[in-house]
Amino acid sequence: MLARTADSLYWVFRYTERADFVARTLDATVRLASLPQAYLGKGNEWESAVASASDLDLFKTLYATANEDTVRDFLAFNPQNPSSIRNCLQTARENARSVRTALTFEMWEALNGAWLELKSFDTNMNREEFSRFLDWVKRVVLVFDGAAYRSMLRNDAYWFSRLGSAVERADNTARILDVKYHLLLPESEWVGGSLDYFQWTTILREVSAVTAYHWVYRQSVKPWLIADLLILNRQMPRSLANCYEILVRHLDLIAEFYGRRGPSQRLASATLNRLSSERIERIFGNGLHEFVEDFITTNNKLGAAIAEQYLN
Amino acid sequence: MLIDSFDEMNGRPGSAEVRPPYASLRKWLDDTSAETFDARRDQAEHFFRRVGITFAVYGDNESSERLIPFDVIPRVLMKSEWDFLERGLKQRVTALNAFLADIYGPQECLRAGIVPSDLIFQNPQYRLEMKDVAVPHNIYVHIAGVDVVRVGENDFYVLEDNARTPSGVSYMLENREVMMRLFPELFMSHRVAPVENYPDALLATLRSVAPIRQSRDAVVTLLTPGRYNSAYYEHSFLADKLGVELVEASDLFVKDDVVYMRTTQGPTQVDVIYRRIDDDFIDPLAFRPDSVLGVPGLINAYKAGNVTLANAIGTGISDDKAVYTYMPDIVRFFTGQEPLLQNVPTWRCREPDSLSYVLDNLGELVVKEVAGSGGYGMLVGPHATKAEIEDFARKIRHSPEGFIAQPTLSLSTCPTFAASGVAPRHVDLRPFVLSGSDEIRIVPGGLTRVALKEGSLVVNSSQGGGTKDTWVLDGGS
Repeated sequence: MLARTADSLYWVFRYTERADFVARTLDATVRLASLPQAYLGKGNEWESAVASASDLDLFKTLYATANEDTVRDFLAFNPQNPSSIRNCLQTARENARSVRTALTFEMWEALNGAWLELKSFDTNMNREEFSRFLDWVKRVVLVFDGAAYRSMLRNDAYWFSRLGSAVERADNTARILDVKYHLLLPESEWVGGSLDYFQWTTILREVSAVTAYHWVYRQSVKPWLIADLLILNRQMPRSLANCYEILVRHLDLIAEFYGRRGPSQRLASATLNRLSSERIERIFGNGLHEFVEDFITTNNKLGAAIAEQYLN
Repeated sequence: MLIDSFDEMNGRPGSAEVRPPYASLRKWLDDTSAETFDARRDQAEHFFRRVGITFAVYGDNESSERLIPFDVIPRVLMKSEWDFLERGLKQRVTALNAFLADIYGPQECLRAGIVPSDLIFQNPQYRLEMKDVAVPHNIYVHIAGVDVVRVGENDFYVLEDNARTPSGVSYMLENREVMMRLFPELFMSHRVAPVENYPDALLATLRSVAPIRQSRDAVVTLLTPGRYNSAYYEHSFLADKLGVELVEASDLFVKDDVVYMRTTQGPTQVDVIYRRIDDDFIDPLAFRPDSVLGVPGLINAYKAGNVTLANAIGTGISDDKAVYTYMPDIVRFFTGQEPLLQNVPTWRCREPDSLSYVLDNLGELVVKEVAGSGGYGMLVGPHATKAEIEDFARKIRHSPEGFIAQPTLSLSTCPTFAASGVAPRHVDLRPFVLSGSDEIRIVPGGLTRVALKEGSLVVNSSQGGGTKDTWVLDGGS
């Protein structure tokens, strides 16, 4: 297939995945912010939402303070923020339009319909309207993803779309960990006491994993188990290990189909091997923050390797 | 004006007589309730929006969705009428290809005085770069969209030859698709020749003109200016139906006079490019240097015989409005036959006698700019105001060689839905003629365009025209 087509497909799926992530982050943050002040701890939850879902430096050039109004505007609607939900959906749709022949009709209809509907939202929303808006965003991505799953041919086009989703997901989960790792460190149990419980469940909510957590661990919320779930648990759809399982599988399918392996296959396999042999205790022992920073760098390298090998 | 036109259903407008191809359609029009037609028209519009024919977005932030109006009453031709048209079209396109091979080659028709030399050499559509270039299989016009109008029971005129990058074939295909969905019973009672094999015929044509080389299958691509082009929908539609890559200039590159496309598996050599970009923009090294839509080096690869461009570079000279006037002689010279399809009688304003006739009779003539297209730069005398006529006369006097004039043709009319009910409206027909190295293919039918305004003769979609499904009835009704 054309490199440009593969590139556009890859980015369509990165941007829809990102729109979903930003929506979940906003959803979880609104919920956290609605708790009485005493439950919130010292940090600014709005600022940390921006830090994990977008670019804090860019935010600070546009707004004086981080509060519900400014962060909502920045993350959901601001055209100057390349990762705002509006921009994500628009960029996804633009990419889709340029490769219409590579999309099924159902996928195109989902994205194009969303793009047309996006304009009908008045950005001046109260909390209830805003939460309905976030639900709508999540539904759009579900429908689009479902359309892809149900209607696409299982060939390289499909595999590149999976790569886009998985690279983006791994990045999103790692960014949450990067911003909030301090909440998961063992000492924070004593420092913040049970107040951190709500911060922890917010992390789970940002990856849609509150229920999953209980099914997997069958005990109350513990920070190191959250880290385990988000990093190493292969069953958890947004964990780093699961994302890499998907990346390795689809990169292998592509390599088999094209009859040639390259740097991206080697990089993805190496990372998956590392995740498989890790234990959460050792990650904490060597430093959670260092681990996460290292992972983000590796994941970016993989993105660059995929682009270099296939998309340029 | 309507009074003098041939009506395809009644022969003459208002006549009680019904011509045979329309006999059972007439009954259908009478038997179907207005409510049913309203509902079907809504469904048709809904279908076109869903399929996405509307996505002609001009500019980035806009969602302007232009829908070309579709009329549900088909335009019907008898097999015998079509057979005649088909023969005429094949003859005409054969002559066009021979003419192009000649003027870019030995130029015998110029020496024989069939066409004045200055008309060719001073014409911006004549591409000097193509002189003595051997194009693969000696075919220039692979896809022609010849505009034909009917003025009488047996009189068909060619209005324009459209030998560059004719568009509209997606409407021919989608119009049939929507008709078959909305009115399946009509297709039970009429044997309508299918058009759905057009993409197959096009692909076979394109493959047949690949440069001659080793055993592998020819790689065909469709080159589009991109998603901001008004015909982008058609480009993506055709690429999809053909099963070929829809490429933009940035997807192609030229190395050592060979064209490659960038794929996920590395560079892949391209053999045939069905290009929907005009000559001027196709290669910034050969033509307009400011074009960002083009592929640098493409023309060199083309001249080296390593890639086929469909249509060839320089075909614009053959559908030039001034050259058009010589087509009957061109057909005679190159085929040795009398032309089956007629030319509209035309006055060339470059000739002094014609010029004075034209200026004296502007009120009755249609005057066209030689370089114009799409119904622009045109004066329809009988419909023009005095001021418009005077204004146009000034333009003609200023550069007579830039204009031709024709009598106001009374294009045939077809029953069409109007606000007032079913009424006759003027139509034309654009069949698509495919010339390969093996044969000339034409799917029976084409795109019928209809001027929706009462009395209007301008069928162009940019000026309020609509479209109809076109039926060729196989073996009576």
